[in-house]
Amino acid sequence: MPSGLALLSRLQNSRNALGALFMLPAAALLLVFLTYPLGLGAWLGFTDTTIGRPGRFVGTENFRSLFQDSVFWLSVFNTFVYTAAASVLKFGLGLWLALILNRNLPFKSLLRAIILLPFIVPTVLSAIAFWWIFDSQFSVISWTLQRLGLIHHYIDFLGDPVNARLSLIAANVWRGIPFVAISLLAGLQTISPSLYEAATLDGATPWQRFRHVTFPLLTPIIAVVMTFSVLLTFTDFQLVYVITRGGPMNATHLMATLAFQRAIPGGQLAEGAAIAGAMVPFLIGAILFSYFGLQRRRWQQGATDA
Amino acid sequence: MPKITRREFVKTTTVAAAGVAVASALPRRADAADLSYKPEKGAKLRLLRWKRFVAGDEEQWMANTKKFTEKTGVEVRVDNEGWEDVRPKAAVAANVGSGPDIILGWFDDPHQYPDKLVDVSELAGYIGKKYGGWYDVCQRYGTRDGKWIALPLGVIGNLMVHRISHVKAAGFDGIPKDLPGFLKLCQALKAKGTPAGLALGHAVGDGNDWVHWLVWSHGAKLVDEKGNVAINSPETVAALEYAQQLYQTFIPGTLSWLDPHNNKAFLDGQCSLTNNGISIYYAAKTSPEPKLKEMADDIGHGNWPIGVSGKPTNFMQVTQAMVFKYSKFPNAAKEYLRFMWEWDQMDSWMQKSIGYVTGPYKAQEKSAVWTVDPKHTPFRDVTGTLLDNGYAYKLGAASAAAMADAILIDMVAEAASGQQTPKAAAERAEKRAQRYYKI
Repeated sequence: MPSGLALLSRLQNSRNALGALFMLPAAALLLVFLTYPLGLGAWLGFTDTTIGRPGRFVGTENFRSLFQDSVFWLSVFNTFVYTAAASVLKFGLGLWLALILNRNLPFKSLLRAIILLPFIVPTVLSAIAFWWIFDSQFSVISWTLQRLGLIHHYIDFLGDPVNARLSLIAANVWRGIPFVAISLLAGLQTISPSLYEAATLDGATPWQRFRHVTFPLLTPIIAVVMTFSVLLTFTDFQLVYVITRGGPMNATHLMATLAFQRAIPGGQLAEGAAIAGAMVPFLIGAILFSYFGLQRRRWQQGATDA
Repeated sequence: MPKITRREFVKTTTVAAAGVAVASALPRRADAADLSYKPEKGAKLRLLRWKRFVAGDEEQWMANTKKFTEKTGVEVRVDNEGWEDVRPKAAVAANVGSGPDIILGWFDDPHQYPDKLVDVSELAGYIGKKYGGWYDVCQRYGTRDGKWIALPLGVIGNLMVHRISHVKAAGFDGIPKDLPGFLKLCQALKAKGTPAGLALGHAVGDGNDWVHWLVWSHGAKLVDEKGNVAINSPETVAALEYAQQLYQTFIPGTLSWLDPHNNKAFLDGQCSLTNNGISIYYAAKTSPEPKLKEMADDIGHGNWPIGVSGKPTNFMQVTQAMVFKYSKFPNAAKEYLRFMWEWDQMDSWMQKSIGYVTGPYKAQEKSAVWTVDPKHTPFRDVTGTLLDNGYAYKLGAASAAAMADAILIDMVAEAASGQQTPKAAAERAEKRAQRYYKI
């Protein structure tokens, strides 16, 4: 059909139409695998669906019920403590590691590859390893310390609520440092050496160089890296599920693990979806916080403030 | 079949008589002895079962399945998943309306989606009548409103596994039959440096088994017959105070114990009494290490103490087969189940499972697996001692949710560790249970 052919050739020559067409596959993937499940999950939180039957809309009943559930609030508390402690540690240690790796070291590439290993090893495998390391009867840490004469009883890593939280934070930090370190390292390498030279010529100490040259220029990278790190830590599941299943007495239950426990073995799909949905406001808050940190200052791009 | 002694004969006939009394209450065909379903033309079955705990289980199940295929021409594909993962998969299949034709589930799975399951009352009636009758608890797990919605397969026995020599050295002849005696045993074991240990972490198997026994043996329960939450009671407080004293005698770290921990501690000699299935004994017996082989001779399986009601009140994992309505070949599925539940297949499977599973009907007591090794025998009689999940109310979504949320485990752990007083722990459990048992 002539008009059809004309339309086709117009489409092929229009930048906007072509652009939309090229985006279509990616958009379809995102829609099917991201938007739809997310939307369905959010919707489920407002119904009373169980694993055995479909549900009906019940409004905010799930959220009101969770509001009065001590275990839910415990999981919220645990999630915040876990995320805050692990993120601070990962940032500090990751930055330190990045600064060291930025120097001229022998075997630089090999070292950087090794540093990345904890992040690359499948989490479940490292979780199982930590499960043994923190075992109350067979821990290699307790065994070593006892042989050295420093302790007399094996440490109860996972039986005491506080110890269990600290142990899981340690495991998460071990696993997460490489991500922060390698990303910050990449950021460090974008800082021009001439800035450091200029600072040194002006008589700056190493600390002053860090504080006035390195850190300000690193801020956008830090914002991105820490956003990802916080998001991943907040939604952590595998470490907790493998090592403690949320115990002892729910002291290590995060919102993600509690959502799973309630929804899948417990059969309360709607309640699990509501708990998962409750995570979203906090995550959006974290993203917005770092979005404003992401904004590059004009002087970083070489323009003047005036 | 085992050698028929006079004792066996008397036992069998009384069991059969009792079985007929039970089975006569169930629907059955006129010629029940010959029940058989004709598989649909071109039938192919998919079975999803829980992954074996012992190698012999899977081998024999597959061998029996092969016999079925040779006999009927119906191919059966068997998929295995970890036992905890089978349950949500079954629920998803029920929800979605497609998946395996038959799934081996656990506990109250069939009661969460009963309208998605094929009625197997006729098959259950036939098997019950032929094999001495179903155990009461199996019937409760398998029926809903008088109809059979699942075919019980068996019970994973869980008993007091102990070191015989250590218990003797502590001054006892075996596991005491009453609660005060049991506490004294644990205290004596600790004094001798051979302590007990029961799981108080989120150990879905061993943890649930012992805390349900603890609560029920003291006359307490999570819900009453009308479905009201009844856990906040003086009986519960008594149970929790008992737990506090027990906990003092445990080896350290039990608050972090998941299911494998007690096996590991026992086999390493650090724990001398724990509740577990036959797997500890089996691991020791078949180990190439001489130290473990010696330990195997020293392992004993004791019954759970009986509580205030004078009747056993135990809790163990019960598994059953469900046939889904979306299956294109329900007759083939029922014929497969009938075949696998017949004595030749059930008995050979139980034997190869070396006592891991106790059969669902009373004729299973005759299986040679219970006499081939005297240490197996205590597992033969476990089913009659069980109460079902969510006692004393019916099985369903609420009981499943309450168990998955570890309400009882957390309550006992909180009280035993001293994190909450018994009264506070009972109140917290009550609040948590009320979220699921709202009428």
